[in-house]
Amino acid sequence: MIMSVTLLSSGMPIVSVDNLTKNFGDIAAVKGISFSVQAGEIFAFLGPNGAGKTTTIKMLTTLLKPTSGEIRVNGFDPRVDQDNVRKSFGIVFQDPSTDDELTAWENLELHGILYGVPTKLRRDRMSELMEMVGLMDRMHDLVKHFSGGMKRRLEIARGLLHHPKILFLDEPTIGLDPQTRNHLWSYVTDLNKKENITVFLTTHYMEEADKVATRIAVIDHGTIVASGTSDELKTQTKTQTLEDAFLALTGSTIRDESASAIDNMRIHSRMFRKR
Amino acid sequence: MQTIYILWLRQIKRYLRSKSRIVGSLGQPILFLFALGFGFGPIYAKANGGNYIMFLAPGVIAMSILFTAIFSGIEIIWDRQFGFLKETLVAPVSRITIMIGRTLGGATVAMIQGLIVFAICFVAGFRPESLAMVPVAFVFMFLIALLFTALGTAIASVLTDFQGFQLIMNFLVMPLFFLSGALFPLENAPKILSIIAAVDPLSYGVDGLRGSLTGIVHFGLFQDFLILSVITALCMWVGSWLFSRIQA
Repeated sequence: MIMSVTLLSSGMPIVSVDNLTKNFGDIAAVKGISFSVQAGEIFAFLGPNGAGKTTTIKMLTTLLKPTSGEIRVNGFDPRVDQDNVRKSFGIVFQDPSTDDELTAWENLELHGILYGVPTKLRRDRMSELMEMVGLMDRMHDLVKHFSGGMKRRLEIARGLLHHPKILFLDEPTIGLDPQTRNHLWSYVTDLNKKENITVFLTTHYMEEADKVATRIAVIDHGTIVASGTSDELKTQTKTQTLEDAFLALTGSTIRDESASAIDNMRIHSRMFRKR
Repeated sequence: MQTIYILWLRQIKRYLRSKSRIVGSLGQPILFLFALGFGFGPIYAKANGGNYIMFLAPGVIAMSILFTAIFSGIEIIWDRQFGFLKETLVAPVSRITIMIGRTLGGATVAMIQGLIVFAICFVAGFRPESLAMVPVAFVFMFLIALLFTALGTAIASVLTDFQGFQLIMNFLVMPLFFLSGALFPLENAPKILSIIAAVDPLSYGVDGLRGSLTGIVHFGLFQDFLILSVITALCMWVGSWLFSRIQA
């Protein structure tokens, strides 16, 4: 059954998706989903492995072309107006995406130039952001010497350097210790309040989504199965916690995510380096 | 423009920071130069070929550029693996600009590598015939570097992992090198070999380089330059096109 839930809310949506579909060959990864995110919201997009979260984010961020359906990001269509869409958002990918052979500072510098931030402004913001994510004293170290948490913080700083309207966070806390996770979320909620940046996040930690998200959509098998505030989801499923609500909505079978070429390659590279 | 510069700079910094890569990639040309150069030297001289080191050096310089350039292009696969590629792909910059920046950076790296090997050849006894022609040789070196970095980029845009890498090495890069006339004269070579050499773009690079450094020329310098330029432009174009189609 294909069900599409349109989220109703007031104000202008900054992200809107209508009947979005993505097929990989015969496999439908995303099956005609519709939703919208209001400016200033912290929107959590939850779902089991392989549900279609990352595929949706990739389509929103111009990395993948949709099979069909409509997308608007900050008013622009990612298929036609790629550059305007790209200027509108910052992103922290599921996997690290910094250049390990460059220093933290050089990574930011490169990003700032790619996004056309003028030199003076860029340098000011770079220092400011480095201070904010607590990497000031490490900024001239090569990123390959950083811990996972430090890399994450650097990526968040980088994602914010061009002052995006929307910040995409695709499982940003994966593999981080509780201290860093807490720090990261308080930083993100702060940013959302102070700068009014819209946050679009995915996570497998339900308590995180419960704590920070103003609204949640649950996706499973490429279809949005429920949406609303955390309390609404709990009421709807007659459960006490968001985790139980999530399990009630998506079932308790374990999902397989087929290993991508990238995963295979990562294994290979580990083998190479051990030699 | 600034985008091209920063991506160029990134390639240079990565190169200069991996000392093991610089040293490691010098092993092969040195081996070729000493084992083949000094090993075959006496026989080559007996067959009235002249000084083999003089003949071989431009071929070895071309080889080091070829290998470094292909690797620089293929580096995109690493970037894809370590995620950095996505950072450039979501940036509000045209893919062609990214491709040009990277390719120029990779070609510069290959050029530097070629210059180092040039210096090693000099130590091994190689002397350019005329100093005035050395800048011409540099032009050929840079064209070879540009051509094969673009080719590497094109290949890496299609490959998603390193599974096909061995295939590329054994069925593309090695034949490109061995059949290019880098090691032996194409004059009096069997017909089939000269036909193959004539379609191998590296042959024109080697010939141009050798021609400008030693005066020994097979196809003719101007023809070398023309064909090499056209193929380089073609590779840049195809590479940009394939790179612009990458989806993550």
